[in-house]
Amino acid sequence: MSDAMLDLESVEVRYGAVPAVRDLTLTVSRGEIVGLIGPNGAGKSTTLHAIMGVVPVARGEIRLAGQRLRRARPEDVARAGVALVPEGRHVFPHLTVEENLRLGLAGRRRRNGIRDDLDWIHRLFPVVKDFGSRHAGALSGGQQQQLAIARALLAQPDVLLLDEPSLGLAPTVVETVFSALAEIRDKGVTILLVEQRAQLTISFADRTHVLSNGRLRLTLGPNDAGDTDRLAAAYLS
Amino acid sequence: MTTVQYLIDGVSLGTIYGLVAIGIGLVFGVMRLVNFAYGELITAGGYTLAYLNGQPPVIAILACFGVVIALALLQERIAFRPLRGASPATMLVTTFAISFLLQSVYVLAFRGAEGQQGKVVATLGGLNTAVTIGSLRVRWILIVSVIVGVVLLVLISLVLGRTSIGLHMRAAAVDFRTARILGVRADRVIVFAFFVAGILAATVSVLLTVQFPLVDPQYGVNVTILALVGVVVGGLDRLWTATLGGFSIGFAYALFGDVLSSTHRVYLQSVVFGLVIVVLLLRPRGLFAPWRSAAVERM
Repeated sequence: MSDAMLDLESVEVRYGAVPAVRDLTLTVSRGEIVGLIGPNGAGKSTTLHAIMGVVPVARGEIRLAGQRLRRARPEDVARAGVALVPEGRHVFPHLTVEENLRLGLAGRRRRNGIRDDLDWIHRLFPVVKDFGSRHAGALSGGQQQQLAIARALLAQPDVLLLDEPSLGLAPTVVETVFSALAEIRDKGVTILLVEQRAQLTISFADRTHVLSNGRLRLTLGPNDAGDTDRLAAAYLS
Repeated sequence: MTTVQYLIDGVSLGTIYGLVAIGIGLVFGVMRLVNFAYGELITAGGYTLAYLNGQPPVIAILACFGVVIALALLQERIAFRPLRGASPATMLVTTFAISFLLQSVYVLAFRGAEGQQGKVVATLGGLNTAVTIGSLRVRWILIVSVIVGVVLLVLISLVLGRTSIGLHMRAAAVDFRTARILGVRADRVIVFAFFVAGILAATVSVLLTVQFPLVDPQYGVNVTILALVGVVVGGLDRLWTATLGGFSIGFAYALFGDVLSSTHRVYLQSVVFGLVIVVLLLRPRGLFAPWRSAAVERM
């Protein structure tokens, strides 16, 4: 796997004595969209937090383009080219939309090309441009989600981690977000997508892993979206 | 006429306490930590000035800034950085420990020949002369304090509002984890907060020692405690309410100090703290907190 962009090898994460993620091995290749689904508490968000350096990895190895990330701090991981769109958006409500976007530059490695990226992001999410001077807290949930993704993109990441981007969004907005994700991938960004919407994710992603009780139970391709029996079995395992 | 003079006294001392409040508020914003050892920075500045009596004021002031900023950064590096992520109680007790430690160091280091620890600062004593404006006689230091305070306030709001480090600080004050996920460097933001807090403490040393030139080991403690009370009265969760709170307490202190006759001056603290209790009973979230607000902005 020479083109492995993100590589998790036997990763274990614990909250106190309780393991949240156990022996997790998965690879996301360059330019791939990989889904991560599973019931609540399966360890999906924890996996993203472990990659990001927000929670410590007890065992195993996480590599970004071959470079070890273990023990790196969140700001280092961000500056290494990983951007996380956290669950619940976490935009800064009292800052303007434009200031929220500028925060995305904190993790950006290259100073050039910001103008072009901004133009692209504005095309992708016009709300971000239209409401630039408004406080982010005044936006709807769907608009905040688009802002959160736009903010992550301004960091020009190699890898984009998304934690339940469809949570609480109206169906049309979910469509907007997912078609944007497809376009983001076409730009060469590698995507690891954590979702609750199993069917949607399986048919959208190149591969989808099912996580349950901290373990990887099943891997499905886009054509397995109808395979509810195996999916249900994996969820309940 | 006397009323106007009382007001000028109030605004001047209020400005100084407002600066102390910003210094405390900035660090609180990014660390959720009330640094009780902040006063020792002011004391250090006072001693530096006292030891450089007779030197050109520019040299004394520069040295004061150098010592205080270095001490502020040292506090962060030696004490608070290793404890980052520890419980708030641990951090709070640590600030007390640093405060007591530094006070003890001052007691030992600056013991005078007769066992007295006070040192008199004479660097800018000339600013105590008065200027006559119409029928008013105003000491220069009052005017200088207000001007310096306003300039610093404008500079700080420009830094917070217009620069990327300022944006990072505002974001970190609301949600440090998300800020770090975006690539905001925690160390850089916190060091910068301590750096600015150091600048403010040094400024307070310079201004305050003109009006109150006798520096002793507890010099900064009294100022800090009073400013802290002001910060709580104003509302700690926003920088501007904290600043206004600091200003108010300084203003009230100077005002009542003027108004009370010398026989009643002993009740000054009682009057001010009595007012504080009344304010906290009526507005527990802070005197300047918005009347109705669900969300809390941290700076």
